[in-house]
Amino acid sequence: MLNRGRNIEKGRVITRRMFILAAAKILLFAGISSRLYNLQISDREKYEILSDKNRIREWKTPPQRGIIVDNFNKVLASNDRVFQLHLILDEINDFDVTIFKIKNIIGLDQFEIKKLYKKKERLKPWDTLVVSDNLTWEQFSKINLYLHELEGAKPVLSTSRFYPYANDLVHIVGYVGDASPKDLEKPEIKENFVPGLKVGKYGIENSQEKMLIGNYGIKRYEVNASGKRISQIDYIKERQGNKVNLTIDIEIQKYAQELLKGKSGSICAMDIYTGEVVAMASSPTYDPNKFTHGINQKDWQEIRNNPLKPLINKSIAGLYSPGSTFKPLVALAALEYGILDPNKTIRCKGHKHPYELYGVKYHCWKKEGHGYMKLRNAIKQSCDIYFYEMARLLGVDKLSIIAKRYGLGTNVLGDLYDDEKNGLVPDTKWKRRTLEQSWYLGETVINGIGQGYIQTTPLQLCLMTAQIANGGYKIKPHIIKDESINYKDVINKIKLDQSNFPLHERNYLDDINVEYYQRMYHKKSNINFVLDAMFGSTNEQYGTSYKSRYDDPKYQFAGKTGTSQVRRITDLDRELDLDTEQIDYKKRDHALYVAFAPYKDPRYAISVIIEHGGSGSKAAAPLASKLIKRIIDRHKLREQFNNGNTSLA
Amino acid sequence: MLRERIQASNYSFLDKLKSIDYLLILLILAIGSISVFAIYSTEGGKFSFYTKNHIIRLSVFFSLFLVLSFVRVSTWYKNAYLFYLIGLILLLVVLFFGISASGATRWINLYFLNLQPSELMKIAVIICFARYYHRIQSSDIQSIKFLIQPIILLIVPCYLVIQQPDLGTSILIAGSGIAIIWLAGLNIKYFVYSGLLLLVSLPFAISILKPYQKSRILTFFNPDRDPLGAGYQIIQSKIAIGSGGFFGKGYLKGTQSYLEFLPEKHTDFIFTLFSEEFGFLGSIILLFLYILLIYRIINVGLVSRSFFAKLYCFGFATAIFLYVFVNIAMVLGMLPIVGAPLPIMSYGGSSLLSIMLGLSIVMSCKIYNQEQISVY
Repeated sequence: MLNRGRNIEKGRVITRRMFILAAAKILLFAGISSRLYNLQISDREKYEILSDKNRIREWKTPPQRGIIVDNFNKVLASNDRVFQLHLILDEINDFDVTIFKIKNIIGLDQFEIKKLYKKKERLKPWDTLVVSDNLTWEQFSKINLYLHELEGAKPVLSTSRFYPYANDLVHIVGYVGDASPKDLEKPEIKENFVPGLKVGKYGIENSQEKMLIGNYGIKRYEVNASGKRISQIDYIKERQGNKVNLTIDIEIQKYAQELLKGKSGSICAMDIYTGEVVAMASSPTYDPNKFTHGINQKDWQEIRNNPLKPLINKSIAGLYSPGSTFKPLVALAALEYGILDPNKTIRCKGHKHPYELYGVKYHCWKKEGHGYMKLRNAIKQSCDIYFYEMARLLGVDKLSIIAKRYGLGTNVLGDLYDDEKNGLVPDTKWKRRTLEQSWYLGETVINGIGQGYIQTTPLQLCLMTAQIANGGYKIKPHIIKDESINYKDVINKIKLDQSNFPLHERNYLDDINVEYYQRMYHKKSNINFVLDAMFGSTNEQYGTSYKSRYDDPKYQFAGKTGTSQVRRITDLDRELDLDTEQIDYKKRDHALYVAFAPYKDPRYAISVIIEHGGSGSKAAAPLASKLIKRIIDRHKLREQFNNGNTSLA
Repeated sequence: MLRERIQASNYSFLDKLKSIDYLLILLILAIGSISVFAIYSTEGGKFSFYTKNHIIRLSVFFSLFLVLSFVRVSTWYKNAYLFYLIGLILLLVVLFFGISASGATRWINLYFLNLQPSELMKIAVIICFARYYHRIQSSDIQSIKFLIQPIILLIVPCYLVIQQPDLGTSILIAGSGIAIIWLAGLNIKYFVYSGLLLLVSLPFAISILKPYQKSRILTFFNPDRDPLGAGYQIIQSKIAIGSGGFFGKGYLKGTQSYLEFLPEKHTDFIFTLFSEEFGFLGSIILLFLYILLIYRIINVGLVSRSFFAKLYCFGFATAIFLYVFVNIAMVLGMLPIVGAPLPIMSYGGSSLLSIMLGLSIVMSCKIYNQEQISVY
């Protein structure tokens, strides 16, 4: 019985303890359930995203870059077929062996192999390594021949940027290259970038990146834990970048580059009503295609070390004293402000009796002197003495207002080119502010012949000429087609204004801000006077560019030569009176020429600058003459094309 | 003695059939079928190696369970120490002749099955302790003299299992052993003192852990410490379960498992796969089945007359609970990752064998619930 009683006691204890344990079990199961609730119901979304992140991997496919075309839709920058060799890294067992084999097949040098190893380090194990993005056909077929021996190798037909006009356009269109870390900071690149995508480095390629880059495609794959693709879930197709339509006429551009061959300088041509830049050549030049796949060291050194500086876009980044090409504007300013009667006569007495101001002597370029000059003749024969006196009377501040209004002192194409210069139109305020000196009258005097502080780019001179030639109307220069403006209306409006309103209602001479396609002159007769004087300069005997003239009224143009000194002319120089060829290249004058054509009903303005070319009439005007003929020959075609008759192209 | 025999022989076969706990069998079959579907899913919906093997084992061990259910509970009682001894010998065999896989030596090659003796030891300890406490007077339970023996009986197999190394199984063996000592009625102060002692000795215990065990424990506290290494399993498991949501991703549609993000998906992480495909609802249902199973086992203990049967059933129920809890808590990231299979669900012969064996003893307790076991 005792035994039995004990057993009952044991039984009671075990039952009690079992229930305590059961309660604990229920508690712990409740804990599990609440954890399940947390994971699967409260945090479900978070884990769903994580799960998708696990299983879905995206591969971006590069977009094709938008093409760039000229005014006639001729392709200036295209996407060409190229042969590439890619390596799929996760299919390779021994990277060293594969690279060694590839090296033997396509012939990589030590430097290139080192680069590949470096590139590989930055990639993820499932990424693709681009061994070469531009194989020759021979290399490509060899790779295909040995493909069975190369694990992970993938010959790829891809596209890359190609510039069919190579050297002729590099300063306008620019070139592409691998994206630098700085490039990747730009939002338009950052948003659309895919590794290996080339981005614009200069010019239109650079500034129109947003238009050209396009949108990448996305291929979504379901992958397993080791990163192997199981199935394609989704494919968002890539979108090619937009076309960029330039106002350039490639034929004229090509011809301008040809004219500049072997020289250092620039030629710009512009429609004087629409502001369309027809050609903008800079010399010497280089081949942008070399940059697409990374330029090699030798070519790069050759470009960099060229003393004529091919990398500088001289049309917009080259700064020159305008020299005598500035004179029409000086004359216009004097007339507009009523400083001087155009019939005022000044005698140019040659080097023996130079112009004198406060004891400083100012010489005319012509040793024997021009004799008695009136304003028209002074422009035509480019007499410095007349302009010294006129500038002195006018004063630098008034001159600077007119110069700025006609397009000098600010960049022409806005933010299209990083390297475009503003130039400099000095006035007394500017000098006091930046140099902290007061203005000397002598500086005004040499300003009158476009020397001294004044600095202009060739495109600015072209714009200045255009805005005088169109009768004094402000235009909007551009190099990318602007579809928002109907140029037929603009031209008609300006021409109507020219004939109807000879005098401005308000005197706004002191105001440099004028709206586009509004007149900038005060008195129409002043503009006409200057235009007529420029006609004389080219088409009348003793005119400085008389030799380059055309008698055919279809091509007849009017212009102004300029010779800009790159250093001070000493008395010794004057005594020696050397020919251009006898002077050191670096010390020779820059030759300039600005012109508009045809003289009757003008349509185009042109500026030519030949660095260290000597005199404007000998070195620059003949080039302008040749180009003007070409431009006018193509004018009808351009007009028809722009008015919608595209079939002519 | 005579009376017992008379009583026992009084059971006709029909009586025996009548007293079988059919609900328990139903529960085993239900969890068993779920496990087949789950393992079929781990193979990406292909009927191949694991599924085939699992079905064969399940049928063989289930039949074994049915047959062994008719073994008298007194027979189990009599052979309890033998059972323990066999388990211990097998553990020693593993120590010297065991076969290794992924850095652990846990198995004996029996040609048709790689036996994992530590799994058998889980049951052996319970039955051995049940017998031990069955014969001890309640007044003696508290004495140190009678406490030393079970502690030695527990420490030896645990030590051998840790040496394999297999921390999870060792903890489960120790846990079930301690549970039985508690159920037998050992004074609560011992548990409090040993708990404090454990806390004090924790730094020492950690220092003897293997590096991978240490890293698992550190990873438990911060899975993001090494997301692609030690923390990978638990992170992926949580992602799989969490992304299942309420209804789950659907059968055979668990992306985490079929894209191979889940490690050990057919063994320790089978619950993760199940939970990913069947969601919160499925998980709770499965959990409920386990609760029912445990309840039925406890019920058998409650209706049993002998102390041995009671102790065994309550002990085994607690053991099952421990296996389920440790496994699920582990895959949910509530406990460190220690190798602990989910009873019946996980692929693995030894684990299934030991569970079925344990259940057949439970069933035998049920069939012979009126049997008295004398202390001899």
